[in-house]
Amino acid sequence: MADHDTVQEKDYREAMMLDRIEAFRRRKPRLTDEVITSAHGAGGKSSAALIENVFLAAFSDPDRGPQADAATLTMPNGDRLGFTTDSFVVKPYRFPGGSIGHLAVHGTVNDLAVEGATPTWLSCAFVIEEGLAVAELQAVVADMAEAATEAGVTIVTGDTKVVGRGAADGLYITTAGVGLIPAERRLGPDLVKPGDVILVSGTIADHGMSVMLARGDLAIEADIRSDTAPLGGLIEDLLAAAPNTRWMRDPTRGGVATVANELARDADLGVVLDESLLPVDPAVRGACDMLGIDEMYVANEGKVVAIVPPEEEAAALAAMRAHPLGKRASRIGEIVADPTGIVVLRTSFGGTRIVDMLVGDPLPRIC
Amino acid sequence: MKFVDEYRDPAAARVLLKVINDLAAGDEFKFMEVCGGHTHTIYRHGIEHILPEGVELIHGPGCPVCVIPMGRVDDAIAVAEHPNVIFTSFGDMMRVPGSKGTLLEAKARGADVRFVYSPLDALRIAVENPTKEVVFFAVGFETTAPSTAVTVLRAREMGVRNFRVFSNHVTIVPPLKAILESPDLRLDGFLGPGHVSTVVGNRPYRFVPERYGKPVVTAGFEPLDILQTIVMLLKQIREGRCEVENQYSRIVRDEGNPRALKLLADVFVLRPHFEWRGLGFIAQSGLALRPDLSMFDAEVYYEVPGVRVADPKACQCGEVLKGVIRPWECKVFGTACTPETPIGTCMVSSEGACAAYYNFGRMHREAAVTLGRRA
Repeated sequence: MADHDTVQEKDYREAMMLDRIEAFRRRKPRLTDEVITSAHGAGGKSSAALIENVFLAAFSDPDRGPQADAATLTMPNGDRLGFTTDSFVVKPYRFPGGSIGHLAVHGTVNDLAVEGATPTWLSCAFVIEEGLAVAELQAVVADMAEAATEAGVTIVTGDTKVVGRGAADGLYITTAGVGLIPAERRLGPDLVKPGDVILVSGTIADHGMSVMLARGDLAIEADIRSDTAPLGGLIEDLLAAAPNTRWMRDPTRGGVATVANELARDADLGVVLDESLLPVDPAVRGACDMLGIDEMYVANEGKVVAIVPPEEEAAALAAMRAHPLGKRASRIGEIVADPTGIVVLRTSFGGTRIVDMLVGDPLPRIC
Repeated sequence: MKFVDEYRDPAAARVLLKVINDLAAGDEFKFMEVCGGHTHTIYRHGIEHILPEGVELIHGPGCPVCVIPMGRVDDAIAVAEHPNVIFTSFGDMMRVPGSKGTLLEAKARGADVRFVYSPLDALRIAVENPTKEVVFFAVGFETTAPSTAVTVLRAREMGVRNFRVFSNHVTIVPPLKAILESPDLRLDGFLGPGHVSTVVGNRPYRFVPERYGKPVVTAGFEPLDILQTIVMLLKQIREGRCEVENQYSRIVRDEGNPRALKLLADVFVLRPHFEWRGLGFIAQSGLALRPDLSMFDAEVYYEVPGVRVADPKACQCGEVLKGVIRPWECKVFGTACTPETPIGTCMVSSEGACAAYYNFGRMHREAAVTLGRRA
């Protein structure tokens, strides 16, 4: 039996060390890499370091608030516009539940919707590699048109570039979108308070697992469909039922875990998630379990995470569940005052653990 | 999920926790879980914070990715950077740094590095790309070595000439011995490696109680397996017994898997020495391809630098692996050494003791216990 120091002394020293690490962790992420790797695009810590040290270092405007999925621009007459852009490089172009064309519309309209804007106009730019079949391009464009109609937006301008064989991987699409934000609407991490509850509009990890399986390099077959969908309608219903909704995000790349970490950081509060409350489709859970991938880090393309005050929880859930895209809306956790800046998961097993930002791409474990 | 949820039942956990509490009776115990898979389960389900304070789990050397030394990663990168090579690897191996970066960085510089789930996938890539040379970065204990063995034999059977293996397979008993020989060891018993034991059985661990007086209980990988194993270890100690027991009997047999063992003997030979990150050179601990299979041996085919790179000085991984210090007691833990910029072996894979603690467990015990209670 160990005898070198007492439990109390050990706890004290550990606590000191944890405080030091927490202080260290809050420092701005440093970019130490010499070349860009796939980790810089995975939405985790490396992405944050890249954005902080390359893009914000060059472009940032000190008057603008925390980084968000869409910018809020105030017009001279006081009207506010949401403005955002996103690029789409997914392979394969088609996967169960959607295509790169659907994503190109949904990704951008959802970034606007979670900032409280009403998505209205989109632009689209195509980078096409020589050799792409015209029929393939037509099919993708038809999906974009269909998605735009469903989302109630108009694609109003665009651009096309063709690059030589090998200079791109088939087809890249970039869309940008704008929409008005109703005058009375206020959303932001600064409005979030301890005691607020965290809701998600439905099952998580469907999109990421669907694409991963559709790539076909895993010897797993499962009926998993992407959730790609426009969230504008669902979000309008939610905001009508819960007018004091504090903050929203669509948990795309990096999943619910990354969104929760961004919230904890920007609101400077603690986020507690409850594993047993996370809605996950059994096939998705099985595939994640088999591959050693944590479903909380897997992408969604048709879900919203919303923070609402506790007194509006019931109304918010009822409104979402009444919408076809929100049938499995659930409360998944709550906001606490302490520990700040950290996301904690209550495991179904009765324990607790930290849910940190992902370091790189979610790579499968060996055993 | 059927057949999984049964092993994650919170009500059963509460029963086992009460037994653990009663058996521990406020005394202090340190048990080492040998396998990285156990470490993963312990953190993923938050088991550390529900155990009584005196019962501590030390994370052992069984993370196959973490034990590969820097020099071998450099060799792997040198092979991967050959112009005609498709280099295949398990996913988490790609983030492990050598002295000049990781395989992921080599990939970003233009090397064709791909991750696979099985060596058979690598063989398939070789068959589909006959003009390329395909190399599989074989890592792992006796758990993954049989699948490498099957693949090599299949390649020979099929007459595939563009497939080679860079073998870094290791065996579990030598590092256990190295840990047990350490003079500053403070351990009361071992949660034995479940996956490895499906191959080697339970007999190879008998020297642990017999020679070193520490109990071993071979453990499964679900959270209830871990708790039940702790109960079995505490019972042995309280009853004055010291032996090898098998908690994972639904999978592991005492004699192991004779077919897999024969495959290993047919394909591999023990190297005289193999270097382990954090533990140094250990005799008879690494597996190389047999000489008659050298046409599949990447080390024979390619010239690799083969330079030994010393573990960084500031790093105390050796002591963490032996359970002498806890991850957070290392001088560079959490500041210079983090999952983004790992210095030592224990930080490189998510299964490593330090990375697991940093990613999942870095929390005041009090806060963890309070937050763990459901409102």
